[in-house]
Amino acid sequence: MELFLQWTNGNPWLAVLLAVAQVLAFLVVLLLSIAMLLWMDRKVLAASMLRKGPNVVGPFGLLQSFADFGKFVLKEIIIPAGANKTVFILAPIISTVTALMAWAVIPVAPGWVNADLNVGILYLFAVSSLGVYGIIMAGWASNSKYPFLGGLRSAAQMVSYEVSIGFILVTVLMLAGSMNLTDVVNAQSGGFWNWNIFGGGDLILIFVMLPMFVMFFVSALAETNRAPFDLPEAESELVAGYQVEYSSSPFLLIYLAEQIAIVLMCALMTILFLGGWHLPFFSLEDLGLKSGSLISSIIYFGSFAIKVVFFFFLFAIVRAIVPRYRYDQLMRLGWKIFLPTSLVAVIAVSAYVVFVKNGSAIA
Amino acid sequence: MQLIAFYILSTVVVLSALFVISSRNPVHSVLWLILSFFTAAGLLVLIGAEFLAMLLVVVYVGAVAVLFLFVVMMLDVDFKQMRKGFADYFVVGGMIGLALLAELAIIATAANTDQVRNFDPSPGADTNAEALSNVLYTDYLLLFQMAGIVLLVAMIGAIVLTLRHRPDVKRQNVGDQIARRRENAVEVLDVNPGQGASIRKENEK
Repeated sequence: MELFLQWTNGNPWLAVLLAVAQVLAFLVVLLLSIAMLLWMDRKVLAASMLRKGPNVVGPFGLLQSFADFGKFVLKEIIIPAGANKTVFILAPIISTVTALMAWAVIPVAPGWVNADLNVGILYLFAVSSLGVYGIIMAGWASNSKYPFLGGLRSAAQMVSYEVSIGFILVTVLMLAGSMNLTDVVNAQSGGFWNWNIFGGGDLILIFVMLPMFVMFFVSALAETNRAPFDLPEAESELVAGYQVEYSSSPFLLIYLAEQIAIVLMCALMTILFLGGWHLPFFSLEDLGLKSGSLISSIIYFGSFAIKVVFFFFLFAIVRAIVPRYRYDQLMRLGWKIFLPTSLVAVIAVSAYVVFVKNGSAIA
Repeated sequence: MQLIAFYILSTVVVLSALFVISSRNPVHSVLWLILSFFTAAGLLVLIGAEFLAMLLVVVYVGAVAVLFLFVVMMLDVDFKQMRKGFADYFVVGGMIGLALLAELAIIATAANTDQVRNFDPSPGADTNAEALSNVLYTDYLLLFQMAGIVLLVAMIGAIVLTLRHRPDVKRQNVGDQIARRRENAVEVLDVNPGQGASIRKENEK
């Protein structure tokens, strides 16, 4: 915003217009890449089942997502007679909007971020906790058994895993010493041994941070209602859970919100644990590229994107190879294993930061 | 521009708070309540207290209101029954409302306007979070910890009140299940043709 104010000689309305243009450009790129990632998801699932997957629309079926989009939009919207109409329509909109809101603070390359908040991590945590409302509202407004049960399951599941995700976020932000996501990324610069997954520069912390990373990955699967934790939409028990009654574009929005949340989790893991846009062995500044130049920004963005796609591949492959959890096992994993472990990790990391990294901080 | 944002946000807060008490459906009431929480967080951002704003969203919108919504959705509320005693409660409720309004008016008039105008959301620190933690973990450490213990006691109390041990329910013992090995779970039988397999009794083994 300050930059835009400079460009427009302090005219606030023009600056707002520029900011809106930036957000729109970000959105278009994000949605296009999600269409491609959806195609990749289906191809990976197909390959694991020795199928071909989508291969008809466009070269290699690349345009399949766009064909699906057209189909969803052109269908008739069916609202059940007993449904609570306003909430029923509002629910998918809220899920999509909250899923997109989180992307505002994600830095994809040095300086390439819509809102460089001081409380970026906290903002992400707050917004991702809003996503549950779309699902509860969808389940309740449908006025039908399966959606309601699915909505309840999903809400309980997301609230449970949010707790451990929060604690894992705390370990990372203590290592970085800041809640600003750009600072978190820059704290991991200089090579892969400085990435938080390997302890963020202190190799001894690998014993804490590597398990934290695995737990974050599993919690992210649960948080996004993704297999093996896709109980809210378990076909064999609940038909399709909270989205049973949805059709046409409202269904498209729910589906889109899920995918956006998944890609967001991939981006989060990249930023928090895998050094964001930083390259594994050297930085571009060492090679003589000016920092902040367009070329270096594009290369950094490429490195960020590759890491995100890698995590998305993991999400896709997990869906193909891991059987679904039972509901009580899911709750047990969240509350009895992840929560105590992450709590111990928070204490361990904070003790390390206070007594070893900063020397003794107690005066 | 900040002024415009302030007026929009505060209008939304007041209106949604009004809808909380006036809407007929309790689930709608909770949804309006969530909107007013969320917009109040926006107001906090506007005065520069971004840490408090995020905490408001995380705690109230993300956790407390979800539980509200849960309870209200699951309860079978009879609206006619609820509205029956409205006239009886109206006097007391109105008086409480008036008292709150009067208190707000006293605060609004008594506050030093300079203090309000030059409000500093992060006194003596760079960020709101730092300023808060500086006092929370030094001057008010004891109170802070005691508040935490009160919450812990409340939580344990709720669990104790609702916990029932039911002996007639079969439960999975995870330790047993993980300790299960092939040797004590699978038995290979030599089946003669035409006779079929029968499971031997425990003492025959």
